[in-house]
Amino acid sequence: MVLRSVLPQFPEPDTQPFWDATQKHELRYQVCKACDSVVFYPRSHCTTCTSLDLAWMTSRGVGTIYTFTIVRRNQDPAFVDLVPYVVAWVDLDEKFRMLTHIVDIDPEDPSLEIGARVEVHWLDQGEVSLPAFRIQSSP
Amino acid sequence: MGEQRVAIVGIHEYPSRHTHGTVTPLQIKAHSAANALDDAGLTWHDIDALYDDGDGIQWPGFMMPQYFDLDLRVIDTTTVGGSSFELHVAHAMRDLGSGRANVALLTYGAVARSSERNIGTGASFGASVPDPIANMEACWGPTVVSGYAQFARRYMHDHGLRGEQLAEIAVTARSHALRNPDAVQAIKDLDLKPGLREITVDDVMSSRMVADPLHAMECCMISDGGGAVVLATEAVARDCAAKPVWVQGAGETVRFHRNDDDMTITGAARSGPAAFAQAGVTPADIDIAMIYDSFTITVLSALEDLGFCAKGDGGEFVADGRLRFDTPGLAVNTDGGGLSSNHPGQRGIFLLIEAARQLRGASTSQVPDARLAVAHGTGGTLDRVHASGTVVLGVD
Repeated sequence: MVLRSVLPQFPEPDTQPFWDATQKHELRYQVCKACDSVVFYPRSHCTTCTSLDLAWMTSRGVGTIYTFTIVRRNQDPAFVDLVPYVVAWVDLDEKFRMLTHIVDIDPEDPSLEIGARVEVHWLDQGEVSLPAFRIQSSP
Repeated sequence: MGEQRVAIVGIHEYPSRHTHGTVTPLQIKAHSAANALDDAGLTWHDIDALYDDGDGIQWPGFMMPQYFDLDLRVIDTTTVGGSSFELHVAHAMRDLGSGRANVALLTYGAVARSSERNIGTGASFGASVPDPIANMEACWGPTVVSGYAQFARRYMHDHGLRGEQLAEIAVTARSHALRNPDAVQAIKDLDLKPGLREITVDDVMSSRMVADPLHAMECCMISDGGGAVVLATEAVARDCAAKPVWVQGAGETVRFHRNDDDMTITGAARSGPAAFAQAGVTPADIDIAMIYDSFTITVLSALEDLGFCAKGDGGEFVADGRLRFDTPGLAVNTDGGGLSSNHPGQRGIFLLIEAARQLRGASTSQVPDARLAVAHGTGGTLDRVHASGTVVLGVD
């Protein structure tokens, strides 16, 4: 277990349920009970209609790389020893997009590309677990 | 009573790019304001509208009026990174045009170089109070460069853009910088590679990769600096010392990532058409475009979204030195830009200053008979959240 020094901070009511669920390795998102719109990142209001009634759903944790980069330089002490690392925007199959890392891969590996199918890979940090992704082994 | 026309009547760019800790941002702002007021033939007492984005000051609406000793009718502290100043001009056009105030001051000062702030490759989030966005993003260590790099990779994928085409933007910027004595001093003082000579596409492509696909020479420098812009109503502008540079149109927006969204469309696609429509002109009419160049991709995407060329045609549009001041067609970033002249963190004010210089006939890379200019700011990061501000400027 590689511990990260930058983690979500609490109290923060919008994102607390998302992070609580990560302890059980559940990737949560929200759907509006009134208009079925997907809401992500987590909030307490629907961003499409005016409903305040959202349901928490659990994602299958499978999606597609929308874009990514290999961070080769970061002078922030929290990340300086992690470079090079792969930051990506991943489109989950349930139609939400999240910032994440692609792990378990050589950054120069050609299978790391836009459109690659990925699956969630949890990085346990004690109180929370970070939802990173890795290239899907068997589609 | 109809709307009054509003003009830029005073400008000043603080010349030093490395102040070695000898001045504060507040002093840079005050010295720049005093020089810009001299340029306009006005004094501190004439100012009744102040626009300031704070840049780290917690309460700029309190601090700046008191520090400058001003009696104000309008105070605006819109803070959207490097594009703040284009939004400030948009708001000054509204406020002065409607008669709420007569003379507006915009200032900027920062010492990012002296204080060794790692703007592009350091922490992206403040860590004071928990917030929902930082809670979802900070743990992944995105940098400013990584945000533009993610945007650039998707852009190249969707629109057939090549890295060599992006590199042309850096080559042109350096070429303009070598004609600008303040930028030449910056290249010396900040030890920019490869020193005082033109650069090539190969130089850019072989420079260090910071975050793929962006190379070091595609990233703006980190300098000290600042400046000031004074705007006035037509009634005041007619008696000013400098030739009025009219604010003919303005547009603004904020854009951020959404689920299932096309990331490659920037806020320029909204702010640009609004500014052109208000000015009653089209991109084809523009002589000079000052386009925020935090990175090469920032320029290319803005040129396309502002309508200077179609989406996907930007690589061809910037090729073969076509953005140079001495080639036919649009001239872009004639002062050398953030890539090669100065970038203390928020460069938007310099876009206005160089655009005004061109329209006054006073640029170091002067386009003959320049009549219409665009200043387009991009603040924030293109992948996560950014603001776009477009200002159309012209002379009689």
